[in-house]
Parts: sequence; structure tokens; C-alpha cells
Amino acid sequence: MTGTNHIPALGVTANTLHTVSIITNDHPGVLVRIALVFARRGYNIESLAVSPGAREGFARMTITSRGDAQNTEQILKQLKKLIDVVYITDHRDKAPVEVEIALVKLRAARAARTDILRIVDNFESQVVDDEEDTLMLRLTGTSAELDDCLGALRPYGVEELIRSGKIVMDSGASNFTHLLGGAS
Amino acid sequence: MDGQKMSSKRSAAPAAAASDRGVVTRRASRKGTVPPRVETGAERLVRCMEAHGVEYIFGLSGGAAMPIFDALVDSKIKLILTRHEQGASHMADGYARATGKPGVVLVTSGPGATNTVTGLLTALMDSVPMIVLTGQTPTFNLGKDAFQEADVTGITYPVVKHSYLVTKVNDIPRVVDEAFYLASTGRPGPILIDLPKDVTSAPCTAPDHDGVRIPGYVVPGRADTDVLEAAAAAITKSKRPVLYVGHGAVISGAGAAIAQLSEKLQAPVVNTLLGKGAVDETGPMHLGMLGMHGTAYANKAVEACDLIMAIGARWDDRITGRISEFCANATRIHIDVDPAEFNKTVTSHVQLLGDARLVVEDLLPLVGRLDTKPWLAQCAAWRKAYPLHYPTRGKALRAQHVLDRVNTLTDGKALFTTDVGQHQMWAAQFIRTRANRMWLSSGGAGTMGYGFPSAIGAQFAKPKTPVWCVVGDGGFQMTMCELATAAIHKLPVKVLIINNNYLGMVRQWQELFFDNRLSGVDLEGNPDFVKLARAYGVKGFYIRKPSDVDRVIKQAIKYNDGPCVIEAVVVKEDNVFPMIPAGAGYREMLIERPKGKLEKPEGST
Repeated sequence: MTGTNHIPALGVTANTLHTVSIITNDHPGVLVRIALVFARRGYNIESLAVSPGAREGFARMTITSRGDAQNTEQILKQLKKLIDVVYITDHRDKAPVEVEIALVKLRAARAARTDILRIVDNFESQVVDDEEDTLMLRLTGTSAELDDCLGALRPYGVEELIRSGKIVMDSGASNFTHLLGGAS
Repeated sequence: MDGQKMSSKRSAAPAAAASDRGVVTRRASRKGTVPPRVETGAERLVRCMEAHGVEYIFGLSGGAAMPIFDALVDSKIKLILTRHEQGASHMADGYARATGKPGVVLVTSGPGATNTVTGLLTALMDSVPMIVLTGQTPTFNLGKDAFQEADVTGITYPVVKHSYLVTKVNDIPRVVDEAFYLASTGRPGPILIDLPKDVTSAPCTAPDHDGVRIPGYVVPGRADTDVLEAAAAAITKSKRPVLYVGHGAVISGAGAAIAQLSEKLQAPVVNTLLGKGAVDETGPMHLGMLGMHGTAYANKAVEACDLIMAIGARWDDRITGRISEFCANATRIHIDVDPAEFNKTVTSHVQLLGDARLVVEDLLPLVGRLDTKPWLAQCAAWRKAYPLHYPTRGKALRAQHVLDRVNTLTDGKALFTTDVGQHQMWAAQFIRTRANRMWLSSGGAGTMGYGFPSAIGAQFAKPKTPVWCVVGDGGFQMTMCELATAAIHKLPVKVLIINNNYLGMVRQWQELFFDNRLSGVDLEGNPDFVKLARAYGVKGFYIRKPSDVDRVIKQAIKYNDGPCVIEAVVVKEDNVFPMIPAGAGYREMLIERPKGKLEKPEGST
């Protein structure tokens, strides 16, 4: 057995986007512990969505981050090692159901509105605020769809933007609820 | 003391809320006419500690921790008052490493707590079970920059296995149970419990807590059968095997099983700095320590092996040198209780997740004797060709000579702790550790100041075992205030100071890699350590020349009325060899001082 015996240094080929779901205890400090696992290795969290999970006392997060497969594997293991992390899964080999929401505020002179509305008509969108000089839209879709839509809107002047971060859920039967114990 | 008026929570405790369990059973309250009152959080905390078999708490008092210190007055737990919180943390660490049981620290908020950070890092890096209790400002003051307030859980997140900020008094029994469970199971580590003063002062009415339940926390035990079979199959093919033993083997008590495996396979054993003692280092199959300052024969064997099995070891950079060259053509098997260690630095072909002892025991029946006769002959030839040695002629006193004689005269019966630096490496080379938990050294963190307090903790844990503490003049000065702690408890710790008046390891690097441009290494201004010891009422001896060595060591061995300090004034400029420069490959090992200038090392320190 020969060949490579080592892991490349951090950050050398940090390119692939990884999406992980984490079930954690729901109490103060958990987010800091998780953030430190990324920060210590010079990794940036690209998006993060946190909310209470289905079971009381547990929170659920979707985190996306860029990195090569081996270093991401190490980060996953270090996250799993946190006592507050109950379950973690990397969605890289699955096709989870995915959604993200964005609110975007555009400088929208009357003249441009028709064009804008024609663009967003191709996406799941809603005008949520319509003022004299601005237009606020709610966009819903996969992160890639939002990227496309926002790219097309950019020439019209994006004043404000907030994205919820991707949230994902595997299809089919749940495979971690037994870890949470107790009654559902 | 925080200078503020302490409120008397005691009198305010609502007696009506008293349950049977919560009623304070202290004699004072029974005898007196005062009605029974509910125990405080602090009293409950101490009762929980007692239930977990805590014998000693190492600590230093302060305002926010006063309710806990008060509760200790009536406890059978012995409070060891240290002179600095770092000392307390290393004492608890020494206690834990010597026994395998969690060491307990109690300090106050703010600076009291931050002074334990080095101790936490030391314990985390070396997987030492420890519980650190920190007083905290009352919950109503949290985040308001109160006196002696620090965000202690925030500061310590990266240096704990887990931590708690307790905001409800009735959480105390659960938190303590979880803390002890987490500290001592799986891969052990330090747990911090931050305890606001109003929480420890409040009445605690929680029922007894039973059964720790931590969702998602799994303690690996036995390895999977198919992986064991894969390991056995790989081992069976080997003609040049090496068993590489680390601290995990010490922690799980795998030594006897590893010795059996080594015997059965006819495979040599090497160990890491922290693996010393898991398997008797004086055994014929044992090649000593591997790695940066390991024996040349251990390193030659590792370089030439066709199979290396890490048993509770983590392929640390002190071991591997340049990773791309490390055992690149050997089959690599990894046994670890922490799955995050697999493929972290060195990739392995077979990964056995489990407790080191159980895994090795399960492996034993699956393997048989290997054809290693030529391999063992080769290892023996290396042992003969490259022995550890030091100049024995001349009047200069050498650290190696002192340690070699200490090793012989203590006859494997003493427990050794070390500090960090050249003396540590010489001690690791010349002190041959024969039994588990008889060698305590800060490996991962490399914490100067660790040696002396850890020896105090170990001596409390093992009152009948001779405890020797080998330190340098640099590291000793970082925690030498604990001479008072050792003296008042009359602990017969023998503090051997290898004094070269330098931060010697850094000086060695500057000599070898930085054109001998010395910077920040000269410890001009050192005290006379024997006089210093005497100032604390501690016995002191000098070793100034080679002819003093045996006489003084024997005197120190005989003296057991309290601690003693032995100042060995050794040659100023000596270097530790063998040496694999940081980040270099095993074939670049220096067995003695090189003639020319060396390239600056790639690896860190």
C-alpha cells in the first residue's frame, strides 16, 4: 500500500460548496461553539439558518461553507465532537429539498418597473412594498435560482438585500429522531 | 475579595420550601434553634462532588466563589489552597493523570478564572479529565462589566471539552453529573462550570439526579468485527511491524494487552512522550520514544517499518516530521477512541474506533506470530549502533548524567513529572518508565510551568509513591510560588532543577538554525534556587560537579519530611540529540551536532 499519506494544508483547494444540517441542543453558546470550529481553521461560513427544530429543546441549522472534501470532512468530525451537537449530516451525496428566501429593495423608477417585473415573473416572487422610488420584492427558490434572479436585477440598482440562507431537508424517512430520545 | 458587602442569602432562604433531601444536615443547624433551611446551590454542589468521590479540590478563593468556599468548610473534601490558579489547574491535572480520576479546580471569577486557561489547554491537548469550577458575578450583573467579571465560558470555548454557565440553581446536580461523565468518558478532557454567585447562594431544591443522558454523545467501546479482521489481515502480511503507543493506551490501561500483542507478533514497541509507561520501556521489545527527540533506533525502525499501528496516538507533528514522507510506504493502522483523529494528519488504511484496551484485546486472538526475526535483528543492530549517550569525561556536569543516575537510583519506583524543554526531552530519553501513570508531562500544549504543580497533584494522589519533578530553570520560575503549597503539606516531592541558566531548547534552535543569534534566551538574574527553597522552609541541595550526583540523589531519596529542591548546575550550552528538525523527514535525523549550518525548519517550533 503506497501513495499519499497526508491531508493537504487548509485552504489550498477551498472550492466546493458544502451544505450540512446540524441538530443541536437549544441553548446559549451553541452557535459560538459551532462558529469556532470553522473560524479556527480559516473557513468562512457562507450561509447559516437556525431555528427551533421539531422537538422541543433542540435547534436545527443549515450551514453552507466552501472547502475541499477532506478538510470539510475534518470540520464535520470536529462539529460532531461538540457535546451540544446531537446529529450532523453532509448533504453532498443527496439531493435534499432546498429553499431560500430573499428580500430585495430596488431603486425602481417608473420606467424600469415593467422590465423588473418581467424579470421576476420567471421566479417565485412577490412585490411586498411598492413606493414612489423603490420596490421591495420577496424572492423564493433554490439558492441558485435566487443567484440568477438577483444577477438579473443588479443592473437596476439593488439598494438593500437580505437572504435567509439556504435551508434543506432530506426527503424520505427521518434518520435521527431516535437520537433525541423522549416523547415527540 | 470584591470589596462589596456580601449579602446574606443564608438567612433569606425560605425554610418553607425545604424538602427532605434539601434540608441542610449540617451539625450547626441541627444543634441550634434555627429552623432547618434549604441547602444552598454551593452546598449542593459540594455534596455532588462528594458523591463523585472527590478527595481534593485545588483552588484559590475570591469574592464570586465565596459561597462555594464556605460550603467546603463542612465537607470532607480537602481544599488545597494554591498560590496561583495556574498552579491549581496543573495540580488537578497531575492528580488526574496519576489516578485516571477527574481533578477538580475551584477559582473565582475574572482573573481567577482566566488564570486557569493555560491549565485547561494543557488538559485538553493531552486528554486529561478535569473539572474547573469558576465563580461568576451574579446573573443580574452578567454582561455589565461588573467587578471581576469576565466572559469565562466565552474565553474558554476553544480549550474545554464542554462547559456550562449555570443560571438555575436546580440545574446543579444534573450539570455536575454530566460534567464528571463527560470529563472521564470517551476521550477525556476538561469541563468548565461557571457558577454565578446568586446561583450558588440560592436555595437548591432539585431532587437527586440519576442517569446522565446526553443525546448524540457516544462512547466508543469495542471496534467493529470486520475492521478488526481487516487489521488482522494487514498485520499478518507484515514482516517489519512497529507498535506506536500513545497516551490513549495509558488512559485506557491497554499496556498489558499491547505487551501481549508485541510478544505474540514479535513486534517492537515505540511510544510517544505521553505513551511512556503504558508498556514497560525496559522490555527487550521496547525501542523507547519515537519522534523529534526520540531514540535513533526507534526512529530508524519507524522509518523502515512496513506496518505501523498507532494505539491511542494521534500522529502529532512531533512524531511525524514531514508528513508526506512519514511511513509513506507502510501500512498504517490507527486505533483511537476519537473518530476525529482518523485522517486528521496522516491517513490510515485501517481505522479501529474504540477503546484502546478493548481493541487490542479483541485483536489478540485474530493474529499469530510473524516472521520478524531479521527485523528484530535489524532493530537490535540499530540499538547497538546508535545508543543514547553523553560525554562522560571531564568536569562538566551534564543533565543527561544526572537524569541517567536518577533513573538508576530510583529503580523504576518513582513517578516523574517534567516541565517543558531540553530537560523534558533528556528525561524522556533517560528515565525509563516501567508502569502506567508514572510519567506526567505536558505534551500537546508544551506548557512551561506544568512540572512542579503537577508533581504536587500527583503526590496528593499517590502519597506513598516517590514523586520526582524534573524542571528547567525557566519553567520552574513560572510556578515556583507553589513551593509554599508543597511545604505546608509536607509533600516529599523532589524538585530536580536542571539549571543551565538558559531557555535551553530555544537556545539550541537559535544555535542550529539561526546562526547562534541568541535572542530572549539568557536567564541572567536567576535566583539561587537552594536559597530560595530555604526561604520557604524547604530543604535544598546543590549538584555542581559529576562527583556530587550520586551522593545528592541518595540524600534526596532518603529525605521525606517534606519537599526538597535539587539544583543541578549543568553546562550552559548542550543540545538534545537525536533530533529530527521540525517538518523534516526521518532520514534527516541528526544523531549528533552537525558541522555546518542547517536550513531553517519548515515545521513549527
